[in-house]
Amino acid sequence: MDWNQLWQILSAADNVPIIAMIPLLAFYIYLAWKQAHANDKLIDELAANPALAKTHHRKTWPFKPGWQKEVHVWPFLLRVEFLAAIIVTIILMVWSITLNAPLEEPANPNLTMNPAKAPWYFLGLQEMLVYFDPWIAGVVMPTLIIIGLMVIPYIDTNPLGGGYYTWKQRKFAIGTFLFGFVILWVSMIFIGTFIRGPGWQWFWPGQTWDHNRLIYEVNRDLPDLFGITSNLWKGIFGAIVVGGYFAVGGLLVNSLFRRTNPKDYKRMSLLQYSIMMTFFLIMVALPIKMLIRLLFHIKYVWITPWFNV
Amino acid sequence: MPEENKEKTGNGKPGLLGQFKEDLDALKTDLPAKAKEQVEILSKPTKTQVYTSIFRHKHDDTPRNRALGVLSNVFLHLHPAKINRDAVRYSYTWGMGGITFYLFFVLTLTGVLLMFYYHPSKVQAFRDVLYLEHDVPYGKLLRNMHRWAAHLMVIAVELHMFRVFLTGSYKKPREFNWTVGVILLVLTLLLSFTGYLLPDDQLGFWAVTVGTNMARATPLLGHEGPFGPLLHMTPYNDVRFGLLGGSIVDANALLRSYIWHCIGIPIIASVFMIVHFWRVRKDGGISGPAPVVLDSEVKEAKK
Repeated sequence: MDWNQLWQILSAADNVPIIAMIPLLAFYIYLAWKQAHANDKLIDELAANPALAKTHHRKTWPFKPGWQKEVHVWPFLLRVEFLAAIIVTIILMVWSITLNAPLEEPANPNLTMNPAKAPWYFLGLQEMLVYFDPWIAGVVMPTLIIIGLMVIPYIDTNPLGGGYYTWKQRKFAIGTFLFGFVILWVSMIFIGTFIRGPGWQWFWPGQTWDHNRLIYEVNRDLPDLFGITSNLWKGIFGAIVVGGYFAVGGLLVNSLFRRTNPKDYKRMSLLQYSIMMTFFLIMVALPIKMLIRLLFHIKYVWITPWFNV
Repeated sequence: MPEENKEKTGNGKPGLLGQFKEDLDALKTDLPAKAKEQVEILSKPTKTQVYTSIFRHKHDDTPRNRALGVLSNVFLHLHPAKINRDAVRYSYTWGMGGITFYLFFVLTLTGVLLMFYYHPSKVQAFRDVLYLEHDVPYGKLLRNMHRWAAHLMVIAVELHMFRVFLTGSYKKPREFNWTVGVILLVLTLLLSFTGYLLPDDQLGFWAVTVGTNMARATPLLGHEGPFGPLLHMTPYNDVRFGLLGGSIVDANALLRSYIWHCIGIPIIASVFMIVHFWRVRKDGGISGPAPVVLDSEVKEAKK
């Protein structure tokens, strides 16, 4: 265990935000879960008792008849905002006094940094470069993430759960988002920051960074495993595998979705449904590609003269 | 009054000196009266013309004045006069949207101050940062604050998006504002990324080199991307060349980065922020905490 190495990575000034983000994220997930749990309990109670449902004020917070439903922004909201601004300022001040922004040697194109890392919030994309060619990891995937986020309100037809925390009413939406945000995005940033060392090689936390380490790893392409040698057949084979993934995966997700969310399935139009399917399958393809690379050393699935997937 | 004391002119009015003496006598009584009046006016400052010209309403503690205090103030009128009693609870909103905006404000302020000490040229940039850190009073604090506020802003934006998702706040009628928010997320990341190169040190240089190298592989528009060569893309005319103003990360890239960072993206982001905040109000204020809805109460839309 190389504690010095571990400390150097953890205490690198630009890594501090990630260290801060992990407990922060854990806290807010807990805060959201607590409220979702309380709301779900209330929803179950009201669903079981229609008489109560008619009279209840529908929130977990106390409310009595005669209480004002609205409060003045001045001072009830403005004082909260003012307090928040003061607290953020204090945090920022203390942080800026105690920790210096990193400054390395002057830029030198002849001296490559190893590892050369992007800013932490882009390390998920940089980590994707291991598993995909740059045109997918650096261009297509970010574009799809942005478009995928933007279409969410238009494909989520579930009318429940607007304006309050809940889990039971929105299992699919919240499960998918947690998977994409916490499992994929945050954990890939974590890997990119704390695991990847020189040569973008995998170093477990506490393992000494060895700049001379060589890994004798033979990456194969999927068509090679099936003994396909001609370029034409490699292209056709890859197209079948990738197309097959979307077809079989699509049918599986379809069964799963139709059975677990029959109402949403009924509400969604063909366009909404196919857009959701496409983004969902592309998102799931990422960890699958990661796993077949890490476990089976398979680099490309689909090889063509113009692009490789 | 004796006759000889009055210096008379032909038309019976007092002469110049007499008039002056009259004014002087009048002053003796007018001045104390006016002074008394003035003290009375100033003892109620909220009634003065200056005050009423600035604040268009009274300052008494009445519900009406509390509402007007928000509505008639250009900085506060983003808020409604009254909000849901539970909407002020921190546990619901986490305050991350507001904190993001506050951090943008802090970044603008510290950023402008940093611009006074920075030249976006290969010769000067790195030395400017050294000068800032070692010679400018509070220069180091200034740079640290700018750096950490930028990181905090990225975290705050992501948590804000997380909260909005978990509370289903993107649902009807707020769909469009969510897409505006996604654009603002991207702009936040780009703002941070363009700032990374500016110290012109190894960290920024290689981070931007790694980042922009991906642009080589853009399909159709990059010289190493799928179908790029078919469209005659070379390192000297593709999308990466456009981003860097050259085929390598050099002086032009530094200048472009600087202009995008300090002028281009902040203006674009401000426009989207205006739309974002405006739409929050127009779409009915913040989404909750709303009363829970039961599955049995949903009315299915007719198809």
